Amino acid sequence: MEDAGFIIGSYVLTFGAIAVYAWRVLVRAHRTTAGLPDDAKPWT
Amino acid sequence: MASDTGTGTRATRLLGAAALVGVAWLLAFGLGFSPRDRDQAESVRLLYVHVPSAWLAYLAFIVTAVASALYLFRRQHSLGWDRLAGASAEVGVLFMAITLVTGALWGRLTWGVFWEWDARLTTTAFLFVTYVGYLAVRRLGGTHEQRARRSAVLALLAVLEIPLVHWSVRLWRSLHQEATVARPDGDVKMDGLMLFTLFVGIVAFTLIYAWLVIHRQRTLAAEDALDDRGLDAAIASRRADAEAVG
Amino acid sequence: MRSGDAVTTARTALLVAGKDLRIEWASRVAVNQVLPFSIIVMVMFAFALDRLPGVPGLEDTILETVAPGLVWLATLFSLLILVQRSFGVEADDGALDALRVAGVEPAALFWGKTLALVAQLAVLELLLLLTALVLYGTSVRPSGVLLLVVTWIAATFGLAAVGTLYGGLAVGTRGRETLLPLLVLPVVAPVLIGATRAVEAALGTGGTELADGWPWLGVVGVFAVAFGAGGTLAFGPLIDE
Repeated sequence: MEDAGFIIGSYVLTFGAIAVYAWRVLVRAHRTTAGLPDDAKPWT
Repeated sequence: MASDTGTGTRATRLLGAAALVGVAWLLAFGLGFSPRDRDQAESVRLLYVHVPSAWLAYLAFIVTAVASALYLFRRQHSLGWDRLAGASAEVGVLFMAITLVTGALWGRLTWGVFWEWDARLTTTAFLFVTYVGYLAVRRLGGTHEQRARRSAVLALLAVLEIPLVHWSVRLWRSLHQEATVARPDGDVKMDGLMLFTLFVGIVAFTLIYAWLVIHRQRTLAAEDALDDRGLDAAIASRRADAEAVG
Repeated sequence: MRSGDAVTTARTALLVAGKDLRIEWASRVAVNQVLPFSIIVMVMFAFALDRLPGVPGLEDTILETVAPGLVWLATLFSLLILVQRSFGVEADDGALDALRVAGVEPAALFWGKTLALVAQLAVLELLLLLTALVLYGTSVRPSGVLLLVVTWIAATFGLAAVGTLYGGLAVGTRGRETLLPLLVLPVVAPVLIGATRAVEAALGTGGTELADGWPWLGVVGVFAVAFGAGGTLAFGPLIDE
């Protein structure tokens, strides 16, 4: 049933893309904040 | 206890957890509990990700525009607004891409075509390309202020263009009304459980959006801070060299 | 320097426009390179699109039917090159910065460069229309000349304003050659749509009524005004360092 494929596929693509992006955001966050002292990070 | 690296705080962890719960609910209701549509059968399930994605994309671009205005028109020209604009635009492009893809798949299921040159789709594609261009401009280099000013002007020009594009495309497509008379706009009448599922979707996506933007913006702040430090270090070492020689 | 003085701004704008046009006259880049390029584009369109219609009842060839659109497309591609050129002459010697330091109003700078672009574009478009008359079998009907001329003016102003604005945004940055098309082409979509429809109405292409063209001219006109105003306001922050 083509329908199910499209539907599951869409959900996978959607949340997959979000997950990949979120992963990259977090990785980059850790990498850039690694060398910074706390006063440069106003959220801490 | 906050970790030494990363941009997370207790608030964002709570936000992230809430977002995950929202996604779980959406999956449960979208793929499971909500009923088939009378006309569209199962393909209506696609709308539970497509519509929230579209809404959040538009919201993201509104945030970018407002933040750009706040950067440009306030005397302090605070870079925080610029970074918010950039982070929101990036997430907006992500959601817009999801919107276009899920929309194409939905169109294929429901009407047999991946794409149609109607006003809404065309304007959406235009919006997508415009913000891809915006992200490219942010990477042009220069000082942080230059980046901020260029992007802010671009975002505000986009706000000017979008009604123009929408209007002209609408006029253009109205010439071809005959072709689309059998195909309604994509707005599906929803009620009860379906509407609730849609609502869950919007809440979940909003939480995701907020989480992504907060982290992205903090990372941008950290990158700018690193840049500044790099600059300071370079100046300091140049000065030290000069003193050593002189 | 009194920033509110409109006459000074206008006069400065004309000076800037004159400077740009004189540079062009001396180097003949637009004439020697851009114009041949645009004509080649028109020829390429013919290679790609010229087929006798297989559709019964369609008298015009495909080329005749799409000629207005092709003329504007060729114009848009040429616009990109002209804008690169317009700001290339500034960036090379830091001339733009020198003008700003000398106290030239950004608005004057914007209008000066826009007017120079208008002049070059207008001539180019005229020649492209003549090319279409020759290559595509287009014909101009007397009743449509007014619409044609007004569309010509309005569209050219709109295109030049957008070109100058985004050219100023990208000036002096690396990667501007590839970025400018990405930025400019989506923005000028309303002009492409509106001007094509207006010219189709003016020429009677595909049996279009003359009266149908005027609303489209409205779209183009609004665009020109919006970006004329927008450019005047936005050019300052863009080129300020």
